[in-house]
Amino acid sequence: MSEILVLVEHVEGQVKKVTLELLTLARKLGAPSAVWAGPGYTAEAQARLAEHGAEKVYVADSADIADHVVAPKAELLAQLATEKSAAAVLVAATAEAKEIAARLAIKLDAGILTDVVGIQDGMVAEHSIFGGGVNVRARVTKGLPIIAVRPNSTPVEPAAGAGAEERVSVAVSDAARAVRVVERVKEEKGARPELTEAAIVVSGGRGVGSAENFSIIEKLADSLGAAVGASRAATDAGWYPHQFQVGQTGKTVSPQLYIAAGISGAIQHRAGMQTAKTIVAINKDPEAPIFELADFGVVGDLHQVVPQLTEEIAKRK
Amino acid sequence: MNIVVCVKQVPDTATERKLRSDDKTLDRDAADGVINELCEYAVEEALRLKEAHGGEVTVLTMGPGKATDTIRKALAMGADKAVHLVDDALHGSDALGTSYALAQTLKKIGFDLVVLGSESTDARTGVLAAMLAERLGVPQLTFSNKVEVNGETITAQRVTDYGYDRVEASLPAVVSVVEKINEPRYPSFKGIMAAKKKPVTTLGIADAEIDASQVGLANSWSEVVDFAAAPPRAAGTIVKDEGDGGVKTADFLASKKFV
Ligand SMILES: Cc1cc2nc3c(=O)[nH]c(=O)nc-3n(C[C@H](O)[C@H](O)[C@H](O)COP(=O)(O)OP(=O)(O)OC[C@H]3O[C@@H](n4cnc5c(N)ncnc54)[C@H](O)[C@@H]3O)c2cc1C
Repeated sequence: MSEILVLVEHVEGQVKKVTLELLTLARKLGAPSAVWAGPGYTAEAQARLAEHGAEKVYVADSADIADHVVAPKAELLAQLATEKSAAAVLVAATAEAKEIAARLAIKLDAGILTDVVGIQDGMVAEHSIFGGGVNVRARVTKGLPIIAVRPNSTPVEPAAGAGAEERVSVAVSDAARAVRVVERVKEEKGARPELTEAAIVVSGGRGVGSAENFSIIEKLADSLGAAVGASRAATDAGWYPHQFQVGQTGKTVSPQLYIAAGISGAIQHRAGMQTAKTIVAINKDPEAPIFELADFGVVGDLHQVVPQLTEEIAKRK
Repeated sequence: MNIVVCVKQVPDTATERKLRSDDKTLDRDAADGVINELCEYAVEEALRLKEAHGGEVTVLTMGPGKATDTIRKALAMGADKAVHLVDDALHGSDALGTSYALAQTLKKIGFDLVVLGSESTDARTGVLAAMLAERLGVPQLTFSNKVEVNGETITAQRVTDYGYDRVEASLPAVVSVVEKINEPRYPSFKGIMAAKKKPVTTLGIADAEIDASQVGLANSWSEVVDFAAAPPRAAGTIVKDEGDGGVKTADFLASKKFV
């Protein structure tokens, strides 16, 4: 079976859930080979990849890869794809991985599909576009398919693979070393799951009213083990940091459950959350468009409803 | 500094967007064309860099004839001149074809710095800046919420999931910006009037030495197999809060096994 290269997403040595989703998808297409680029590789990481079907684990953790963004990883994947005659390359549809995929596509003269939500037989990819309004099926017609898959679009299914480790050395070009990372600044993240990976997201909008009031959104999120999101009105007002913005120009999320509090449901917000499995809306305006999407909605003041909900969840635990 | 800012005309996200049933490309006639919002931030950043360091800002757009509205908007904001790459052969180009055509044009017109929005609201691929950097063989400083130029050195803050990376490179380079980088200016009346007299050069593919076999729908690296309107979501239950809205929501969440 031909190899399907899967670029591993990891933070501080931990394999992210989206990688396990990609390995699950890759098993249907061929023999999954995980590609670990950057620092932090451990035997536990190898085991986790193997448990989800990785037959091989390629490891490239030289400083060249850690100290530069995007370009060296594209060179690594290009080298592996050629050497191993890979049948496809799967990456997560994150900002950096999409850029890696973009440069790889040029190096290999191969087609790229981004923000894919499913892969059917014949490597036909499914997309959801225009804010979730249109479903498109597309495929690569030149070169090997390079596919960026949206986190949370496939359930993770474990299946043992050999997980054979193979160290890879890449001769990173001078051009790929042209952008140096001089500092990595980590902002307080807390213990919450990452927005794009979270199974539950609780978002607040203009209706929250202030930065201080976002604590009621955070409390509800914590009671559910959820990530916190925000509408652009809330990030523009400086109530919540920009990296938590959901929507057209923010993050796209596909959680099992999305709770929108004080968010009207503008098309640009919907673009980032419409593929959530279950949607709950709390809004004082019965005409708010968010209710058109909601599986369950409460017309009321979020300052009453949200704390009561948080309390109720605590009681039922 | 010779700054080129790439802008794109997109269908207004507030109107209904469609694909064409004949060739499955974006229906640019169905919706009003507007400047891609993030491109306004790119124009603004280019203007600020010019104001700080001198030089010239050139607007580059690839798109059909009606994209001139978008060019005028960027010129009205203060850009000095524009290049409009327009050719029927370009219709339906995917990201690889588009990046190739723009890279060829950039080589032709020359640049110290290329500035783009990090993503367009229609295709939303977020790959064009990286592709341009790869094709031009210059550094990419993308997803930036801050950009500084100091002599030949360019520094940027690249937004990440955990905060940001401070990255550094030498000019020439490609930069892409996110929306929190600045507040785009509104064109003044004077700016709008002046824009009418600013030079706009129109180039076809031969002028930019673009190989016709690398662009257009038929030469794309991918194809749309089919498309359909997403099935509407089933209507949900909406209740009015009568002092028990939180409890009722908890009941719903429990019924779905979330609590
Ligand atoms: C190109 C472009 C890109 C954009 N990208 C994004 C994006 O990425 N993400 C995004 O979110 N937006 C984006 N927007 C902005 C979008 O159009 C909306 O302006 C924005 O989503 C509105 O945020 P909101 O729903 O919080 O605020 P509003 O639309 O003002 O809605 C606030 C809602 O809160 C309700 N409310 C007020 N007080 C209470 C209360 N006490 N209790 C309960 N409900 C209350 C109101 O009834 C109202 O429905 C974009 C716009 C453009 C043009």
